[in-house]
Amino acid sequence: MWTALSLAKVFPSSVFPSPVDVAKGFVEEVRTGRLLDDIVASLFRVTTGFGLAVFTGIPAGLWLGQHTRTRTAFLPLINFFRSLSPLAWIPFAILWFGIGDLPTIFLIYMASFFPLVLATVAAVANIPSVYFRVAGDYGFGNAEILTRVTLPAIAPQVITSLRVTAGLAWLVVVAAEMIAGRAGLGFAIWDARNGLRMDLLVCGMIVIGVIGIVLDRILLQLTKIPSVRWGYER
Amino acid sequence: MNASPLHVENVSLSFGSVAVFQNLSVSIERGEFVAVVGPSGCGKTTLLNLFSQFIKPSTGRVVSVGRARMVYQQDSLFPWQTVSENIELGLRHISDDKERKRQLTDMLRLINLESFANHYPHQLSGGMRQRVELARALIGNSDVLLLDEPFSSLDYLTRIRLRNELARMLDQFPRTVVLVTHDIEEAAQLADRIIVLSDRPARICSELRVELPRPRELTHPAVVTTVHEILAELGLEQESRHAMMSPAV
Repeated sequence: MWTALSLAKVFPSSVFPSPVDVAKGFVEEVRTGRLLDDIVASLFRVTTGFGLAVFTGIPAGLWLGQHTRTRTAFLPLINFFRSLSPLAWIPFAILWFGIGDLPTIFLIYMASFFPLVLATVAAVANIPSVYFRVAGDYGFGNAEILTRVTLPAIAPQVITSLRVTAGLAWLVVVAAEMIAGRAGLGFAIWDARNGLRMDLLVCGMIVIGVIGIVLDRILLQLTKIPSVRWGYER
Repeated sequence: MNASPLHVENVSLSFGSVAVFQNLSVSIERGEFVAVVGPSGCGKTTLLNLFSQFIKPSTGRVVSVGRARMVYQQDSLFPWQTVSENIELGLRHISDDKERKRQLTDMLRLINLESFANHYPHQLSGGMRQRVELARALIGNSDVLLLDEPFSSLDYLTRIRLRNELARMLDQFPRTVVLVTHDIEEAAQLADRIIVLSDRPARICSELRVELPRPRELTHPAVVTTVHEILAELGLEQESRHAMMSPAV
């Protein structure tokens, strides 16, 4: 369809590059090494920001899930930030962290942290209480209840939310780099637009989409762990 | 005197303004199989929770000697663990790996699930899962088995099959058993003594004894008679029809 549209010249070729143009652009980007640099820059930011969100958000969710009063106090706040588009933080991100890796990592963190907390809280609250009674009947200590009941019981739901949130982080990195970046795939797209290189722009779009799918596929592997299958099969 | 492993004495308990028990006393002998039946919501499960020390009475005394394990109404196998891992929870006190393995294998053979040892609960049928629940509760060093409507979610035929299975398992693992059930046939087919509770606040309407070795056939005259007696006690069948009933039906 793409080829047909470009051959039919519905739009001028300067704003509607043909597949051949894009393929040429792609080769050019790979040869100069810019594409690889941009991919590495974006992936580094996403993994750092998302990783930080995972290592703080899941414990925060566990903690809030177990303390009803604290949860009642904090939940409205978390819901507020969850509903706030992380892109609204862009001005502050630049003012606080300048241009480069830090503001982007901050924005990705803001995008992933709150949904992860909420998903973990909900998962903890959904654990059937009978599992804790069984744990008591068979003499589990507190540490064992956490590692052998709570964590495995929330794992399926948390993994699902990891997939959703990682997708979100990948969306945000592109937007963040357009404004607060000096490298990365988002910046590459913006740069291509400024240079009127629509072929490079499409090339960037394709790479972003493909990497998004690959990231999701990698996280999908987590759902294949035998001890979490129960969460997806009933 | 041989101390009863389970014993509640003059127990009163209220949830808010709802009085569940008023001066209830029940005593269960060692090795006895007692079934508790009664109208729904009368406090049968609460009685089990008293026995397991999960809740404390408002007044009165609860004595519970030995290790009690409960089989719950709802699925309580850990879905993230295999059949073997779930049953092994009952063997946590054994530190010797070989001994644990041996007991586990014996149990899997007893419940006929050897080939499902590494399956997860969601891969089993309801009846198989309930067998694993019983196995987990019976294996190891427990003394008391508390059953809270363990077969209520199963279909009729599976339920009958599992009653026989439970009788067979108790042969190998003798325990003091309290079975709470709304299934009167189940009570009559399994229990040595049946306690019929009244509506709230629950008191003991009557106690029936069944002197017949397990496993019992569902259509055995003594079982049929007991079913009738329980139903009469609950006001669901007429006492007078008892005499006219022919056991050979």
